[in-house]
Amino acid sequence: MHVDWINSIIQGVLLGGLYAMIAAGLSLIFGVMRLVNIAHGDLIILAAYLGLTVASALGLYPLTALLIVVPVMAVIGYGLQRIVLNNTLSDDILPPLLVTFGLSVIIQNGLLEIYSADPQKLDAGQLGVASTNVAGISVGLLPLLMFVTAVVVIAGLQWIFYRTALGRAFRAVSDNQDVAQLMGLNKRHVYGVAMALSLAVVALAGIFLGMRTSFDPSIGGGRLIFGFEAVIIGGLGNLWGTLVGGVILGVAQNIGAQINPGWQVLAGHVVFLFILAVRPRGLFPRMTG
Amino acid sequence: MADPLLTLTRLDAHYNDFQALFGIDFDIAEGEVVAIIGSNGAGKSTLMRSISGLITNGASQISYRGEQIGALRADQIAEKGIALVPEGRQLFPSLSVEENLLIGGQIGRSGPWSLAKIFELFPVLQERRDQASTSLSGGQQQMVAIGRALMANPDLLLLDEVSLGLAPVIIKSIYDALPQIVGGGMSAVIVEQDISKALSVSSRFYCLQEGRVSLEGESGSQTREAISRAYFGV
Repeated sequence: MHVDWINSIIQGVLLGGLYAMIAAGLSLIFGVMRLVNIAHGDLIILAAYLGLTVASALGLYPLTALLIVVPVMAVIGYGLQRIVLNNTLSDDILPPLLVTFGLSVIIQNGLLEIYSADPQKLDAGQLGVASTNVAGISVGLLPLLMFVTAVVVIAGLQWIFYRTALGRAFRAVSDNQDVAQLMGLNKRHVYGVAMALSLAVVALAGIFLGMRTSFDPSIGGGRLIFGFEAVIIGGLGNLWGTLVGGVILGVAQNIGAQINPGWQVLAGHVVFLFILAVRPRGLFPRMTG
Repeated sequence: MADPLLTLTRLDAHYNDFQALFGIDFDIAEGEVVAIIGSNGAGKSTLMRSISGLITNGASQISYRGEQIGALRADQIAEKGIALVPEGRQLFPSLSVEENLLIGGQIGRSGPWSLAKIFELFPVLQERRDQASTSLSGGQQQMVAIGRALMANPDLLLLDEVSLGLAPVIIKSIYDALPQIVGGGMSAVIVEQDISKALSVSSRFYCLQEGRVSLEGESGSQTREAISRAYFGV
């Protein structure tokens, strides 16, 4: 009994890594251009299907397929931003919401048309079942790899944001678009690069999601909710907070499932609502000057 | 006279339905310092926003080194070597002092200005390089704003009300730095409400009133009365 609980907490922490990866791209885009991307979850599923196609067409292992899926998603992100989303950005936050909602519908139906509604899974092979024993508790290698990847992704984004010229441009454009333009920054390009980065992370999240569970075209919306919850729990604009948010959500879900299998998703939402009620700005809101 | 660096030809500017500038003719030569004076709402800042591309105009209304730039975006104009120190400083609050300066230099134009030179000009900024730009005093923030524009190594520097809201002693120290800034042959347009300050540092001036040029000439050539009339319109 005791070991079961520790086990589900550990599994929850590792699952939190996936949620953090889902949330990081969402958080990045909101931080740079105040755009709430409703299609984010569907883009993750798109990435999973892309991985499926690449892996089966070229006979690649899903993680190797990342070498193709990550750049392809990044290019899609840049194009999407430059051609569609940039035209929706203004002081009004409603147009990007509506357009990305439409995009979500288009992606779902497009995937349904091409891949049908049958659930699919990316074949993780040996890694999917391999585990290591830590103090009497068996920890799956795939979830562990997922969590480590999430930490690396968040550390990487953090580094880009605060240590590179690109991150400086992101923060400058986020602060004041007009003055950023005066510095020679083309905000349309900067936004494009931000979306490319976001969808590169989406590609990672999509492949890991596809290796962990089965997926079909309709499940993007649910992943989006988990992403939102992780961002809000952690505090808007704080990437490490997002990781903590993902972990809290994952642990809550697994503990819920431990109590009663039907309570998995519900427990996550309840914890989210509780934190929202107690700390409306999240656990670690970004310091503002 | 040599070919002007920047020429405005019958420049109009609008904010939606509101017309803020009416047929402005203006020019500035290489190495020249020109003042623009006028009361609140005369259109001075609108003029700066038009030149720097924050307001787009008809292509032919603004020409720079013989090229029509009126319809270009602000980032394209910045790359051509025009830098604006905007009214109210407008530093990036998420960026440190040093990062604010570095982002000014990210255009990559070569020239005399570098981080080291800015710190030489305003030593206090070196001490505070890692602080948030919002933690500085108004005068220090203005130094960052000027340094940020200089980091782009512009050929034409637009200074919009750099003395606004600052103590006289700070204003003096900022204006004392001006000869070092324009000494290298840089041209500058200085927007000021303080007429005597503006005339003392410039060789020519334009006075705006309700969106039109009401008076122009060499800075020493006009009587106080003529300038007052052009300034206040009475």
